[in-house]
Amino acid sequence: MKTFRIIGRNIRDAFKGVFRNFSLSFASISCITITLIVVAVSMVLSENVNNFTLLVEKDVTIVAFIDNDLEEKKIDEIKKEISKMSNVEKYEYKSKQKITKEMMESSEVFDSIMKNWDSSENPIQNTFQVKVKDINKINDTADKIKKLDGITLVKYGEGMIEGLISTFSFIHKICIGAVVALILVTAFLISNTIKITISSRQREIGIMRLIGASNLNIRIPFIIEGLILGILGSIIPIVLTIYGYQKLYDHFGGHLFSDFIKLIKPVPFVYATSVVLLSIGILVGMFGSWRAVKKHLKI
Amino acid sequence: MNVDLIRLTNVKKTYNTGVTAIRDLNLRITKGDFVFIIGATGCGKSTLIKMLYREEKPTAGQILVGGIDVGKLRNGKVYKIRRKIGVVFQDFKLLEKSTVFENVAFALEIFGIPKDEIHAKVVKALDLVGLKDKITSYPDQLSGGQQQRVAIARAIVNGPKLLICDEPTGNLDKETSKEIMAVLNEINKLGTTIIMVTHDIDIVKEMDKRVIELDSGRVLNDFERGTYR
Repeated sequence: MKTFRIIGRNIRDAFKGVFRNFSLSFASISCITITLIVVAVSMVLSENVNNFTLLVEKDVTIVAFIDNDLEEKKIDEIKKEISKMSNVEKYEYKSKQKITKEMMESSEVFDSIMKNWDSSENPIQNTFQVKVKDINKINDTADKIKKLDGITLVKYGEGMIEGLISTFSFIHKICIGAVVALILVTAFLISNTIKITISSRQREIGIMRLIGASNLNIRIPFIIEGLILGILGSIIPIVLTIYGYQKLYDHFGGHLFSDFIKLIKPVPFVYATSVVLLSIGILVGMFGSWRAVKKHLKI
Repeated sequence: MNVDLIRLTNVKKTYNTGVTAIRDLNLRITKGDFVFIIGATGCGKSTLIKMLYREEKPTAGQILVGGIDVGKLRNGKVYKIRRKIGVVFQDFKLLEKSTVFENVAFALEIFGIPKDEIHAKVVKALDLVGLKDKITSYPDQLSGGQQQRVAIARAIVNGPKLLICDEPTGNLDKETSKEIMAVLNEINKLGTTIIMVTHDIDIVKEMDKRVIELDSGRVLNDFERGTYR
């Protein structure tokens, strides 16, 4: 019971502290809000870039063209060789008939041209379509496939893919760096803002000590106050993330520039981001208070 | 039987600045006493009482307050002695943004005492200092004397064995000072030991209690009850 009463008192005092020193609390809250908005933007950007990279990686296929005169037995041998390669995730044999059919279905122009062609005139080759596990080793895998007997040509969008992926990974890294830097800067800023708040309440802390409050008695309400500031400061960023991202997603119809670059679906992404924002707000608020009040306890 | 509540043995205090405020001080104060500490500015009065509630640490010697070796208390443990002592200051040290009730209840809430018990104790303390009807007022709505009485109520609400008063009437006029002294006398009669630092010789004469006169950090005179004139 006693513990509950003490906890209850601490929470009540913390709320009182927030509202009785509202101008300074407001400064801390604004500081948390602004940084968390920037953190939210960086997170959304970073996660989407990460998502694009995964999608691109999933989409990349090595197409190995097979000599059309090759016998079934030889094709089976190539199949075996490819299945043995460690970086191959899955592979599929596509006959030229199948490819032709697919292409005719997807394009009217192609359809009309091919209709006039005899099957012996079909210039399309039989292929193996190979997906790799590690996109960074795609070059090696493609080379190995190329060396197999009966393979005439290997294509996987070389150059372009590597460029795209390295660009994405660069952007992703920058975003993570920005998020980490922002969190540190916020913790420092909030610590300083709360320090000003607490300095102005040094008298109060002195009186508390005089009356016989232990360091913990004094520190806990301030730390809870930091927690409250963190929660209040993360409200606007969370609302912006949830509604803003949904709006953005709807505005672009779920993908950016082309169907190729898909945006992350808002649910549950925005909620996960909100939880992260709230946690950052709370931790940073509490840490800031703890650091600031520590200074005033050395009498 | 007279029991020592406070015992100072060969106490010395030199500040970091090199100033020695207390030199080789030996003192005993009995439970239930009312003691005035007087002396010229800079004689060490404030340093002496600051050491009693462990705002300052002695450089040498031993200070026992209620059996606790105050000089050996670490910063993190200071609250242990503070909970046994009430302190009243010249400038009241009230929380401006809290009501009279909250100011007094503050000391009890820290310890997790039940609400109704807090209420009863606070009302009792405020009744003792004659401010029961000002319970919802804020400090700035009160006169200086009333504010000091709130500070006294806060200091005694926890039932301390010792009440330290650092020039509690320093900011108050003669009439109000008399009222405060009457309140302190009342508290003393209830069994609380009181140590009061003052410059006001009239009060000292009128109260007719034990008087310790300090000079340059030493006891110059120690007058027993009624002998200081």
